[in-house]
Amino acid sequence: MAIFLTGESRIIVQGITGSEGRNHGARMIRAGSNVVGGTNPRKAGQTVELAGTELPVFGTVADAMEATGADVSVVFVPETGTRDAVIEAVDAKMPLVIVITEGIPVHDSATFWAYASAQGNATRIVGPNCPGVASPGKSNAGIIPADITTEGRIGLVSKSGTLTYQMMYELRDIGFSTAVGIGGDPIIGTTHIDCLRAFQDDPETDAIVMIGEIGGDAEERAAAFVERNVTKPVVAYVAGFTAPEGKTMGHAGAIISGSAGTAQAKKEALEKVGVRVGRTPSETAGLVREAMPAR
Amino acid sequence: MDLFEYQGKQLFADHGVPIQQGKVATTPEEASAAAAEFIAAGKAGVVIKAQVKVGGRGKAGGVKFAHDPDEARAKAEQILGMDIKGHTVHSVLVAEDIDIAEEYYLSFLIDRSDRSFLSMCSVEGGVEIEEVARTKPEALAKVPVNPLTGVDAAKAAEIVAAGGLPEKARSGAAALAERLWDVFTREDATLTEINPLVLTKGGSVIALDAKVSLDDNAAFRHNFDQFADPGSADPLEAAAKAKHLNYVKLDGQVGIIGNGAGLVMSTLDVVAYAGEAYGGVRPANFLDIGGGASAEVMANGLEIVLSDPSVRSVLVNVFGGITSCDAVANGIVSAIGMLTARGEQVRHPIVVRLDGNNAAEGRRILEAAEIPVVEQVATMDDAARRAAELASAAATGA
Repeated sequence: MAIFLTGESRIIVQGITGSEGRNHGARMIRAGSNVVGGTNPRKAGQTVELAGTELPVFGTVADAMEATGADVSVVFVPETGTRDAVIEAVDAKMPLVIVITEGIPVHDSATFWAYASAQGNATRIVGPNCPGVASPGKSNAGIIPADITTEGRIGLVSKSGTLTYQMMYELRDIGFSTAVGIGGDPIIGTTHIDCLRAFQDDPETDAIVMIGEIGGDAEERAAAFVERNVTKPVVAYVAGFTAPEGKTMGHAGAIISGSAGTAQAKKEALEKVGVRVGRTPSETAGLVREAMPAR
Repeated sequence: MDLFEYQGKQLFADHGVPIQQGKVATTPEEASAAAAEFIAAGKAGVVIKAQVKVGGRGKAGGVKFAHDPDEARAKAEQILGMDIKGHTVHSVLVAEDIDIAEEYYLSFLIDRSDRSFLSMCSVEGGVEIEEVARTKPEALAKVPVNPLTGVDAAKAAEIVAAGGLPEKARSGAAALAERLWDVFTREDATLTEINPLVLTKGGSVIALDAKVSLDDNAAFRHNFDQFADPGSADPLEAAAKAKHLNYVKLDGQVGIIGNGAGLVMSTLDVVAYAGEAYGGVRPANFLDIGGGASAEVMANGLEIVLSDPSVRSVLVNVFGGITSCDAVANGIVSAIGMLTARGEQVRHPIVVRLDGNNAAEGRRILEAAEIPVVEQVATMDDAARRAAELASAAATGA
């Protein structure tokens, strides 16, 4: 089963003719993903060759969905046009939209999130500024390297890209059901909690590893969710104990979260509900090994 | 990007937010001339305010009243050059004296938890808002604002009423809140905060202070360069920025280079833990060279890190994902070649940890290059320990 992304997922790439779209579109295909086409409003009707496959280019997401039955879109559209690209996908009722683009203004993310909410959240948004979603052995949507790990029964949710890869690599002998990179921007679509809920419900996931970093109170909220709703073992890692405070967070930001947003506060909140928190990525990987139920 | 008060007030004025008028001065003479203008215009005096991007300047002596131009010159002389929580005062705002009746608080900001925007408003202004939030949370109203519908007259009225502002201030404050929302959205701000928002004895509502943070990601649709502040940045951070490197100066001895913000943040932590056993050795910087880790970026990164006089050793921690480790290893070898060609002598030991795709080949390439200062360690934890040990040994001359 895995979560969000399965072997049956049919993927389009928004911005498929750009260099990022072409490069990563080809990598997705080589990883075994079912990429069925892409969009570029100025190149509708053309085709683009990725990894030896001729793919159709559509003018709109709606056209692409109608012609290919796509149910996942991976967005590589540059930051100046990302907001409109996501809103277009929401309008087309695309079930899953994974926004890889980095450097998106937070007002744009707030706008497309509010827009998706106003449509009843029929579209799941992952990102922005995230590495994407990978269900090893099934499908890979985004920029997570496909060959660093194997299919298995760990579920992973992370704010960070390379730290995710590091964890997937260290635990490649056990393997992963799905890894979701949710991104570390101030406003993101899918949260730690959304992924914890999905992993809890996924029969192919036995344990969950959660990677957080400083800022906001997402980890504290995730801890509260774990306490009430997650029975599977959860192991966590939090980065940023030595990072300087107050660099990206606004002065008033800490007030609304009711938390200082520090790594220490997050670690304490997680440990309080029984989540084991590693001091280093390697120690965390060791805790995951211990937490895996015998099968 | 945080703005100075005078820059924030300029944006306020551009969007019709009523402000306390003022003039920026960088010398006591300019301050005196600005004061003379306000006094000639009939003001009872001026307030000289230190321009620093940190709170608590009043308590630190960075805000002083002057009755006449001579006093303004003397007060400006005291404030200019002052150090406020590590920030040197390079300019002052000479502002008109205001007859204050009451002080309030108003802001718009990003609400991460709600993935939306938030307005905060309080009748308790002019004091630290964190203090109000802690001691009288009921006095600080938090009103969610939907990005799609924004702040119209009705929403503005709701915000100031929720903040408990008295009837006499409400229409003025609501009109100001609508204008402040324009600043927040049209300028791509992540924070627009007024503390205090004042009701004057004349009955008008104006912004006495301005705290504005702008979203760097939105620079492509604004002219944020006008707010650039090269004088106040750390010189190494400025040099790194000129080379498009994501670098933050810290106060330790182990230079850090890695790929990906999360991995680099994690590397700082692991070095700090390891350093506990070596007399409290700490990371000297944060430097994320990004996913690609090309030779040129690696060379630029090494150059910046090695030019930090407090650095004693360097830890390069790269995970090969999309870019595999053989390419990264070649990058490190060419980077050191480039530095040598630029005439930079690499004197400090460089501990390299390569892991991920094609790690074995990457390690072999580095081994074969036989660079005396480079030492490879297989795991992140051991590499951090070795880098800390080398930094400690260099510091004690062992």
